[in-house]
Amino acid sequence: MLFGKQGKDDLVVRGARVLDPVEGLDTVCDVRVDAGTIAQLGTSLDANGHRVVDGAGLVLAPAFVDPHVHLRVPGREDEETIASGTAAAAAGGYCAILAMPNTEPVVDSAAVLGSLIEDAQADAEVPVGFLAAITRGQEGAELTEMVELAEQGAAGFSDDGQPVVAPGLMRRALQYHGVAGRRLALHCEEPTLSRSGQMHEGAISAELGFAGYPSVAESVMVERDLALAAYEEAPLHLLHLSARESVEALRGAQARGVEATGEVTPHHLCLTDEAVRTLDPNLKMNPPLRSADDRAALIEGLRDGTIGAVATDHAPHARHEKEVPFEAAPFGVTGLETAFAALYTSLVEPGLVALETVLERMSAGPAHVYGLERPKIAVGAPANLVLLDTAATWRVEEESFRSRSTNSWLLGQTLKGKIRLTVAAGRMAFEA
Amino acid sequence: MGEIHVMREGFLPPKPPPRRHLISIGDVSRDDVERLLATARSFSRSLEREVKKLPTLRGHTVVNVFYESSTRTSSSFELAAKRLSADTMSIKAAGSAVDKGESLKDTALTLGAYDPDVIVIRHPQIGAPQLVARYTEAHIVNAGDGKHQHPTQALLDLYTIREELGRIEGVHVAIVGDVLHSRVARSNVQALTLMGAQVTLVGPPPLIPRGIEAMGCEVSHDIAAIGAADIVYVLRMQRERMQEGANYVPSLREYTARWGVTPERLRPGQKVMHPGPMNRGVEIDPVVADAADALIERQVRAGLVVRMSVLYDLLTTGPVGVRSPEPLEVA
Repeated sequence: MLFGKQGKDDLVVRGARVLDPVEGLDTVCDVRVDAGTIAQLGTSLDANGHRVVDGAGLVLAPAFVDPHVHLRVPGREDEETIASGTAAAAAGGYCAILAMPNTEPVVDSAAVLGSLIEDAQADAEVPVGFLAAITRGQEGAELTEMVELAEQGAAGFSDDGQPVVAPGLMRRALQYHGVAGRRLALHCEEPTLSRSGQMHEGAISAELGFAGYPSVAESVMVERDLALAAYEEAPLHLLHLSARESVEALRGAQARGVEATGEVTPHHLCLTDEAVRTLDPNLKMNPPLRSADDRAALIEGLRDGTIGAVATDHAPHARHEKEVPFEAAPFGVTGLETAFAALYTSLVEPGLVALETVLERMSAGPAHVYGLERPKIAVGAPANLVLLDTAATWRVEEESFRSRSTNSWLLGQTLKGKIRLTVAAGRMAFEA
Repeated sequence: MGEIHVMREGFLPPKPPPRRHLISIGDVSRDDVERLLATARSFSRSLEREVKKLPTLRGHTVVNVFYESSTRTSSSFELAAKRLSADTMSIKAAGSAVDKGESLKDTALTLGAYDPDVIVIRHPQIGAPQLVARYTEAHIVNAGDGKHQHPTQALLDLYTIREELGRIEGVHVAIVGDVLHSRVARSNVQALTLMGAQVTLVGPPPLIPRGIEAMGCEVSHDIAAIGAADIVYVLRMQRERMQEGANYVPSLREYTARWGVTPERLRPGQKVMHPGPMNRGVEIDPVVADAADALIERQVRAGLVVRMSVLYDLLTTGPVGVRSPEPLEVA
């Protein structure tokens, strides 16, 4: 399901704090990688002639998995390519990313998917999986040929960017996708409630005069899809949750035994609709930044595991498309290269969420959602490693990015937490 | 769980550098308003003279850029600049490079190349004046951006109220109608509460934005709530902003029957204001519009002197943070 450049590198990381919360590992030791596989953990390991990296004072953790990236290919290679997007992912500490199919053309046929996979094998710095659309052209009318797409290598199915509006069609997708054996990932938005909405509906939209996109536009769709999933006994994954009511609905459904998972973005975990007062188009995304209470619920959901995955929803946009008034700007912000630092700065440092929780929700959590192999630090496992400097601070500048686009919500901010090294599927993908 | 801070202070994007603009009433202080109103008053005396033109802004250039149709605001700004002897240039979106797909950024850069002192902009999108401010060195005056702000309208309304009632503090203003789509309502709520007036918003629930009470006003869905007000401020039903099929109200007929401002719904002595243009027979009964208690024409007159005051203030008062001089006295 994942495709990228091949490589089997040798490496020794000495003296880092080796932290894999799922494996129950938290110790200072050396880690040796032989030909892309973790070969030994211990102290004073023989380098065997391998490249040696000094990890003293740093954290070595399982590398991250981003379940929600827009690579913009095919169609908008000016905004991102497989090469630039995966280089950005590597710089952000990711060993695997999943790309959404809302491209031009939409990834809804084996032909389009096949050509993407071929390109990824040649160009991807970290392995990429491609989701295919749930409906042809993401038009919400006819299901795609899910079995053929899965056989071709689709990592899952999503109409991300668009909801599946018709409940009858949503039910058919829930019934059928199990045959293909891949997860359905749903963008929950009731379009007649969100329509023309520019930001969260509340006191700030009332004051600024923006058309409101109320949280209930998301949560009614979350409730509907969870009800259908419960009825069909089908699993599902909820994309980019933003509202308290959505988190509570997901928690309730999980308690009743529905096999439902959810994800949340760093920007929804770090910001509220207060930030939109700046009218900066890099604070415009779908779903929108919500209230402080919604943010608190998202953080609580991340902590208690209701929300098992952090997803960047990395959405590159051309500069000229964001240099316009807020209302004219497209939705979406980049995130691959800032996700860990943003969460470390905004959640871990103030003591809101433990480092271990953030590491798990950025790696094992998203891998579990899509049935990907869990990145882990264990002898015999493929090397998927990230070396983190949690003491380093850096300022986010346009020049910071490997992504082709710079529409970051963090431009000009100083963050704590830097990626020093990324090993993805046994291959050195990034080194600072 | 631990306390969650709304946002870390340093987490906000950087703000643009301070330069004197009039973009939002939210940016001005009570002192600013007092100064602007006092200057406007002295200009009103100058306009009573036979030769109405003042040499004050000779050599300055004021560019008006209107991306939306406007009669009173554009003519008022143009005349205000001319009365102060500034050179003026007016650009309408229709027939300009905007028609050819030029972006607002490029239009701003183009106009900025002429080094205008002031750019007055009206635009259908919120934040357009801030964007122009980012790409030019001119002082920016917001003549209306989407549903966001129309600060000179709010100032001229304050001026009108003070001239009529002798005060603003403690005055009760009921704003009636389509608040949701109204930049006039938002600017006026901010301006009136800033000056110590009491504001009640009245209209059908779908046209009152959720959460607007946080601006410091009260909300009622019952037209009877206008009875307690000193001033009834009637908003236009903005039909061009009504999305088709959005069903904010079932029909204009039902709106008029339920929320129209009619003679029967007014007390004697209640003053009526309207930012124009009016839909007679929809939000305002023609008898009310033409009655002696209607201040509508006086609002238009106030618009001229207030806009003169704004142009004068931006070009003569110096940078933000520097103490302002006394209001201009016209000899």
